[in-house]
Amino acid sequence: MTAPTTVMLAGVGGQGTILAADVLAKVAAAAGLDVKLSEVHGMAQRGGSVDTVVRFGESVASPITDPGGADHLVAFEMIEAARRIPFLKPDGRLLVNTRLIEPLPVLIGAADMPEDLEARLAEQGAIFIDAEELACEAGSEKAANIVLMGALSTGLQFPEEAWHGVIATRVPPKTVETNLRAFELGRQACRKGECLL
Amino acid sequence: MPPTLLSGNESVAQGAWEAGAVVGVGYPGTPSTETLESFARLPDVYAEWAPNEKVALEVAAGVSMGGSRVLVTMKHVGVNVAADPLFTLAYTGVKGGVVILAADDPGMHSSQNEQDSRNWGPFARVPVLEPSDSGEARELTLRAFELSERFDVPVILRTSTRIAHSKGLVETGERAERPATPYESDPAKWLMLPANARLRREFLEERMSALRVFADETDINRVEMRDTTLGVVTSGVCYQYVREAIPEASVFKVALSFPLPAAALARFASSVRRLMVVEEGDHYLARSIRALGIDVEDVGLPKTGELSPGKIATAFGHEPGPTRAPVEGLPARPPLMCPGCPHRSVFYALRKMKAVVTGDIGCYTLGATPPLSAMDSCVCMGASIGMAHGVRLSGGDTGRRPVVGVIGDSTFAHSGITGLTHMAYNSGAGTILILDNRITAMTGHQGNPMMGQTLMGNETVEIDVEKLCEALGIEDVTVVDPHDLDRTEAVLREKTAEENLSVIVFRSPCALLLRTEEQPVAVDEDACTACGLCIRLGCPAIGTGEGGVAVIDVSLCVGCGDCVQVCRFDAIRPVGPVCDIGGV
Repeated sequence: MTAPTTVMLAGVGGQGTILAADVLAKVAAAAGLDVKLSEVHGMAQRGGSVDTVVRFGESVASPITDPGGADHLVAFEMIEAARRIPFLKPDGRLLVNTRLIEPLPVLIGAADMPEDLEARLAEQGAIFIDAEELACEAGSEKAANIVLMGALSTGLQFPEEAWHGVIATRVPPKTVETNLRAFELGRQACRKGECLL
Repeated sequence: MPPTLLSGNESVAQGAWEAGAVVGVGYPGTPSTETLESFARLPDVYAEWAPNEKVALEVAAGVSMGGSRVLVTMKHVGVNVAADPLFTLAYTGVKGGVVILAADDPGMHSSQNEQDSRNWGPFARVPVLEPSDSGEARELTLRAFELSERFDVPVILRTSTRIAHSKGLVETGERAERPATPYESDPAKWLMLPANARLRREFLEERMSALRVFADETDINRVEMRDTTLGVVTSGVCYQYVREAIPEASVFKVALSFPLPAAALARFASSVRRLMVVEEGDHYLARSIRALGIDVEDVGLPKTGELSPGKIATAFGHEPGPTRAPVEGLPARPPLMCPGCPHRSVFYALRKMKAVVTGDIGCYTLGATPPLSAMDSCVCMGASIGMAHGVRLSGGDTGRRPVVGVIGDSTFAHSGITGLTHMAYNSGAGTILILDNRITAMTGHQGNPMMGQTLMGNETVEIDVEKLCEALGIEDVTVVDPHDLDRTEAVLREKTAEENLSVIVFRSPCALLLRTEEQPVAVDEDACTACGLCIRLGCPAIGTGEGGVAVIDVSLCVGCGDCVQVCRFDAIRPVGPVCDIGGV
């Protein structure tokens, strides 16, 4: 039996990682795969670091993963990308939204922003995407999470139509067109780079 | 129908619905909250938020006595609150099945302690079931209702964060309708006067004997024989971790955690060379199995927090796979109060006053974190009031620092009213702040008795706190809009200077509830003197730019106006058209 594929979505509470994870999990399920997803609610969500794990394959046991366990790390924010780096397999794929959200300790002067973050992430093989800008181009900044799913989709085996089908049922009805455009822009952005597997 | 992707919480709701439960009742608490919300959305059921878990279980007792099946939901610490009815409900037993969801939070993602709810089983003498994923959460909820009625006992369904908030594919079924039966009085069963209770006490032991026989016969637990060198007893999400970490091991998968199947475990122990237990939380299984006279080797797993496949693999001597080195020098990202949060200004003032603040459970507990750093304690739901009173009684000299208890609206309804009653009754002095943001916010916006809406979405009465305080004998009650910063500080200073019992209600809706029409604000860089006052609000929308001047992220700012009022140089102003700052 082949090992499951593990995708970690890392971001800041409120960035839409949970909805993105749900879309990915439903796409995997629609492909007839077993799937598990793990997320954290409550206090951890109030603007803090959040990570959501989606695992799919013939059979999935654990809903969570360990350092060195993720095939894909999709970071919605650059500090969170760096924070979760140990979870990504040495040969894993790293997608990073170029968004930077200063954590409160930095805002109040109790901590410094890390230097050369983008360069250090590039050393890790990061594929950078400006998801907010592409989301705006698609019609709403809120669709940034779907832009990132579009980017992720180029490294997964699921057909484009499967993603479209799930997105159409999972986002608010009025935003379906925007989100489908956002997904396509994320795909294209990733195709332009050297990230096609 | 294809399987559905459901969280553990949704699966418990689904299972209860299929089992024909007609009522759901509980109190919100991470990681249990979505269970009752999901249940309420299913057809032909009715669900309620109770003010606390004790009331929830008492309502459930009534539903059961009336003959219907009922689901009760709470987090681990909620069971402490519900323990009083729980222990006697174990005596009365049930008519309609009673299933109590107790959701534990190992690792304390959103809790003040770690508790292992399996311990309630032997303590209260009630069966405990433990699902290991969403599919089992549904199935064991169905089994729990059967067990409850078959053995005349409330049943605890114990989950943990990684069950509650993980999703998996679930095969769902149809609902079994259970028509209501005519009510018949049965005081020997339900009226626990000593004479009746003594008889039921005997029944408790008879029932335990029957349950022990059942435990050894049921297919709820499962044995998976593989390599017989190592046998592992495990339950809950740890079963999934074991399957990945040590796939070669034979496994005794416990789903009925209390009572344990003594004979089956002994057979398993004798069929493997080494017997070990993998579990999170207390060493409940290891201890219980040893008490059965079966030898269990110690694995040496961490005693605190959550386990993971990797931690288990390491404990069993497997080499971890290659990893990438951590990136050093990253700032932490703790949770924080949202932009526009009405709690912020209260803690800003309390910090200036150097108040001794006994805190409570809710979003406002974040007032403890820098830069506000204005909280001295947080123990349990409602503790702020009793502790504020106790600090004064201690005789400990707080100098000029006033003693203030801070509690949210839902927490006040949960168990603050009794504390306040105590203070008033015992002529206590001090100031109690009720931060009324019109919602139970931290758990994701649930209704409560203070805000006029029920779980089913209906409008209802709300507690009139001012009148309630008056009825308790407290005359000094003031209502303040916390977005009026001058008045917030002035009233706090005035009330804490007096030697009486005063209550200040800070009333303003949760920032996430408001579809704000306020304009975001921006900093006039020429007017800003880089004094840093606005930074001390700890608003995630305010940062520092070059030369220390304040910078406001307009994409985060909701225009609450707190920083506009804090600024002494009139350097923060609305972006675009003039708006009405401060009013709510």
